[in-house]
Amino acid sequence: MMSFTPLYETAEHAQLRAQVRRFASAEIAPHATAWEEANEFPRELYAKAAAGGMAGIGYPEEIGGAGGDLSFVIAAGEELVLAGRSVGVAAGLGSHRIALPPIITFGTPEQKRRFLPPVLSGDKIAALAITEPGGGSDVASLQTRAVRDGDVFVVNGSKTFITSGCRADFVTTAVRTGGPGRGGVSLLIIERGTPGFTVSKKLAKMGWWASDTAELAFEDCRVPAANLIGEENSGFVPIMVNFAVERLLLAGNCVAIAELAYRESVTYAQERRAFGKPIMGFQVLRHKLADMVTRLAAARALTSEVVQRVVRGEQVPGLAAMAKNTATDMCSFVCDQAVQIHGGNGYMREYLVERLYRDARLYPIGGGTREIMNEIISKTEGY
Amino acid sequence: MKILVPLKRVADPDNANKVKIPAAGDKIETTGLEWKPNPFDEYALEAALRLTENGQTPKVRAGEVVVVTFGPKETEQTLRAALATGADRAIRIDTTDDKLDGDLVARALAALIEKEKPDVVVMGKQAVDGDSNQVGQILAELLDWPMATFAATIKEEAGALVVSREVDGGVATMRVKLPAIVTVDLRIVAPTSVYSTKTAATFKYNDGVRFAALPAIMAAKKKLLVEIKLADLAADQALKVEYKAFQAPPARKAGIKVKDVTELVTRLKNEAKVL
Ligand SMILES: Cc1cc2nc3c(=O)[nH]c(=O)nc-3n(C[C@H](O)[C@H](O)[C@H](O)COP(=O)(O)OP(=O)(O)OC[C@H]3O[C@@H](n4cnc5c(N)ncnc54)[C@H](O)[C@@H]3O)c2cc1C
Repeated sequence: MMSFTPLYETAEHAQLRAQVRRFASAEIAPHATAWEEANEFPRELYAKAAAGGMAGIGYPEEIGGAGGDLSFVIAAGEELVLAGRSVGVAAGLGSHRIALPPIITFGTPEQKRRFLPPVLSGDKIAALAITEPGGGSDVASLQTRAVRDGDVFVVNGSKTFITSGCRADFVTTAVRTGGPGRGGVSLLIIERGTPGFTVSKKLAKMGWWASDTAELAFEDCRVPAANLIGEENSGFVPIMVNFAVERLLLAGNCVAIAELAYRESVTYAQERRAFGKPIMGFQVLRHKLADMVTRLAAARALTSEVVQRVVRGEQVPGLAAMAKNTATDMCSFVCDQAVQIHGGNGYMREYLVERLYRDARLYPIGGGTREIMNEIISKTEGY
Repeated sequence: MKILVPLKRVADPDNANKVKIPAAGDKIETTGLEWKPNPFDEYALEAALRLTENGQTPKVRAGEVVVVTFGPKETEQTLRAALATGADRAIRIDTTDDKLDGDLVARALAALIEKEKPDVVVMGKQAVDGDSNQVGQILAELLDWPMATFAATIKEEAGALVVSREVDGGVATMRVKLPAIVTVDLRIVAPTSVYSTKTAATFKYNDGVRFAALPAIMAAKKKLLVEIKLADLAADQALKVEYKAFQAPPARKAGIKVKDVTELVTRLKNEAKVL
């Protein structure tokens, strides 16, 4: 079975992959099904992942990270899914990847000192809250209000679909501090236990079961002004910069999920028999697998191309959006075919591909929908 | 304390079905195999690292761990991984697996030990590919050093190691004076298996072999790795072990389901003939 890693990967990437593989096969895979069914994984796993060197990858060493650029994050993320076999756990463990970057890039030294190290050591959980019940695609129209009152912001409103929101110790939250539109948006770090901040609901989902997803409520929630990230009313740009990287992480996820579904399907097709031979004996089935792996290779190639450009310092929102759409379309297709190859078993919870099929459905929605990606591509293409 | 840890890469035991034997049966086909460090050697490295630190602050080294492997250029990956895990420097003895047997490996290691003068050689009890379980013992004989094989625990004392080994019906504990050869079993990576004189008696390690974090992986690139020709260590490269033929184990037959215990007992008696 062909499975290639991007050409730019070095011996150090290979070593990191081996470490993550060992961690995920020992600490996640044996519990993957149980944790998915329980809609939760133990909180201790954050600390274990940090001790195993997983959490700090891609963060600068000065702030307690392990160093390495986006290509290491993607490589580690892929192995986490491939060897851990729980997309939900990977999603939950990874929520800091979208919650921390605004603090790292725009936060004060004091914010960095307070909020980054405990997350990188696995002691605290961080989440990012942009989406609201009223809408997620149109970020510039968000409604949650934060009104300045001396040295606090008084926050009112709600957020929804927040990954790791149920257990988060702090939430990097997009709020409206100014007038309408993108120019009135700020980012605030809202800590658990702040009076007026509650988790109003743990949401039941189609997939990503092991990862908790929350609806959050803010009622006259008084947040210290010291928790404002960057300048007031300048939150929109950090949010958008963050999105571009998130999209590549999601594309990387899709490549890993599809690879897993593909491998499961090859094994199944070799073992399952019909009409007196293994179903792999049918050309139709072999060609299904050939289509799956071809689209997988294409999505992997585009994703790694764009990752490489980001590593070089290029700003490529259009390409990142293309990579995301290519990878999410591919992943939905591959998981659907994987279920088909598994026949009735593919519809059963006992089989991994049933879960992957549900997990895959998130990707054309989360981190900016397929349609919004096309909006970005249209804009960067200039029409 | 200075410790030498020999490492061998083996075909990934989790992918044993990838190991192919050509029709002629004269060798094992190694192209396309995925390689991993021999698990017992990883345990040996972990034990050696624990003996050269205080447990609490593993970055503070209290000794030196030198890793050595026999193999072509690409086996340097195995050495780099060991350096990333915490070994201080590495030596690759340039050769290929088919030109080696346990005796030649032991003779070359003995010559290397004359130069390196380690206090202890900590090594895996055996490699999971050939399962020969010879090198440690031959090496002790060649050097005329005390040896403790199949170590389950090691406790450092001044000038000696107290080693316990699990034997049928109990645990045998022995004290070996340094320099010595110790070969380790898998229990050696349990949380309380290895104590250096610097480690607090109350300290507990995480179970298993430690992970190499990304900064250590990056730093390993800069650690010293030297190549030595096999001929510089062993003038006589004649092999004592000659492999006559290789054969794959028979393919496992599909299992059967029995309806009750009575049927199980009958089948165990009449078909499997184990009762
Ligand atoms: C499991 C899960 C985890 C999530 N985690 C987080 C998180 O951690 N933090 C967070 O902030 N958010 C999170 N989200 C929210 C996610 O980012 C949003 O769901 C997404 O951005 C879409 O927003 P929406 O659901 O409000 O859809 P809407 O914006 O209401 O869109 C509805 C439909 O209209 C389409 N549409 C909207 N505008 C246009 C347009 N201009 N042109 C064409 N079509 C359009 C959309 O593409 C979509 O098909 C998560 C979502 C899920 C499902």
